[in-house]
Amino acid sequence: MSNLKSSKEIDEGGIISKPKTSINFKTGTWRSLKPVIDESKCIHCDICVVNCPENCIDITKDKKRGEINLEYCKGCSICSKVCPAGAITMVSDDK
Amino acid sequence: MGKKMLALTGAHAVAEAMRQINPGVVSIFPITPQTPIVEKFSEFYANGLVDTELIRAESEHSAMSIAIGAEAAGVRAMTATSSQGLAFMWEVVSTAVGLRLPIVMSVVNRYVGAPINIHCDHSDSMYCRDLGWIQIFCETNQECYENTLLAVRLAEKVNLPVMVLQDGFITSHCVENVEILEDKLAKDFLGEYKPKFSLLDTDKPVAIGPIELQDYLFETQYQAVESSMQVIYEYSKIGKELSSITNNKYDIFESYELDDADAVIIVSSSTAGTVKSVIDRMRKENKKVGLLKIKLYRPFPYKEIAEALNKLNSKHFAVMDRAISKGALPPLYTDILSSCFMLSKRPKIQSIVFGLGGREITEKEIENIFNNLLNNKINENEIEYVGLRK
Repeated sequence: MSNLKSSKEIDEGGIISKPKTSINFKTGTWRSLKPVIDESKCIHCDICVVNCPENCIDITKDKKRGEINLEYCKGCSICSKVCPAGAITMVSDDK
Repeated sequence: MGKKMLALTGAHAVAEAMRQINPGVVSIFPITPQTPIVEKFSEFYANGLVDTELIRAESEHSAMSIAIGAEAAGVRAMTATSSQGLAFMWEVVSTAVGLRLPIVMSVVNRYVGAPINIHCDHSDSMYCRDLGWIQIFCETNQECYENTLLAVRLAEKVNLPVMVLQDGFITSHCVENVEILEDKLAKDFLGEYKPKFSLLDTDKPVAIGPIELQDYLFETQYQAVESSMQVIYEYSKIGKELSSITNNKYDIFESYELDDADAVIIVSSSTAGTVKSVIDRMRKENKKVGLLKIKLYRPFPYKEIAEALNKLNSKHFAVMDRAISKGALPPLYTDILSSCFMLSKRPKIQSIVFGLGGREITEKEIENIFNNLLNNKINENEIEYVGLRK
């Protein structure tokens, strides 16, 4: 809590005047379940990539699904629900 | 020179000011007795006298939401309302403060029902007196015009929205001579609006209205309080500038025959005019009576009023509220009591509630109030309801 700013250091009205501040907001700390991908089942359709509300599933240069950034994955399970190949399972995340 | 005299109602005086302000967006929804403001402004719009984007909203909630969106996009935005309309937009009325948007809204005071009543009392604006909106009461049509111009500058200086208040029908529908500034003079006074940020400025992107929880909401609220504390100073400063072109005064409250008064009425809005006329007559009978007229009501000038009251001969006051607080003391009376708490010797104050739902207040009744004060007939334990059949 020590890095919180005073009323004089923040913009009026809660306005955020600097872009990309959400990078500092690690939503991964919310997670109780984490997605595990079965590479043998993944068909690289990238449906999980576009459906991830945190944009934390990477996409490679050859348009294949990349790694999941667990700093931001909040464990919402949407990726596992939308996966047409059943390649993603949610498991308990004991951090 | 530089001015012209027009016969205008209070509502049309505000519309004249809006024509000169030429806001980027005006959102409108009709409600009695505010409607002639937006009617007149629509006429200016139809005749091509303003460059405004005029948006006909489907409700007051939308009208205020549109003003909020427009102001966040970086233009001057205005609207007007009354009574149930103000009540209906209440949720977003507080949003305007929360986002620190300098919207100017004309509020024509009217009772908030039920029972339905279209006439004047101050219950509508009193319902939102603690939201952080600046509130300025107008006595005359001239004040309605000038305070609207002043409000724009004040709002933009402190990033808080302003309500310019006038009495429904009594002020809004009655014609008086109003001195209107030459357009150029008014426009020079208003200056160009330079918003701190704009949603449309892609070079300087901002996020407006994000969530703030336990970590920052308290700080954001305190910012609005701090800005609010600058209002009295800024109001006087901008008032002096306006005074140099209008020759009228913009004190935070008006003193009328006050210095040597033995009995003083404290009241706002059109009733102050009636009180002045009673004072003129009673002074001729050598009765020393005076008026302290409330103009800037929010933020309330507690310290300044305490100092003014302390200087007076008179320690006998009547505070007249055109609003009722069920289960509490009347609003203006409460504020004056709080001011007096700062004084070492507390004056005797009679609380008076009058004029609800447009009930007439007569000169005779005001004279009685003065005479009671002069004869030390003050009951501090009871509110006196003038004009009521108990």
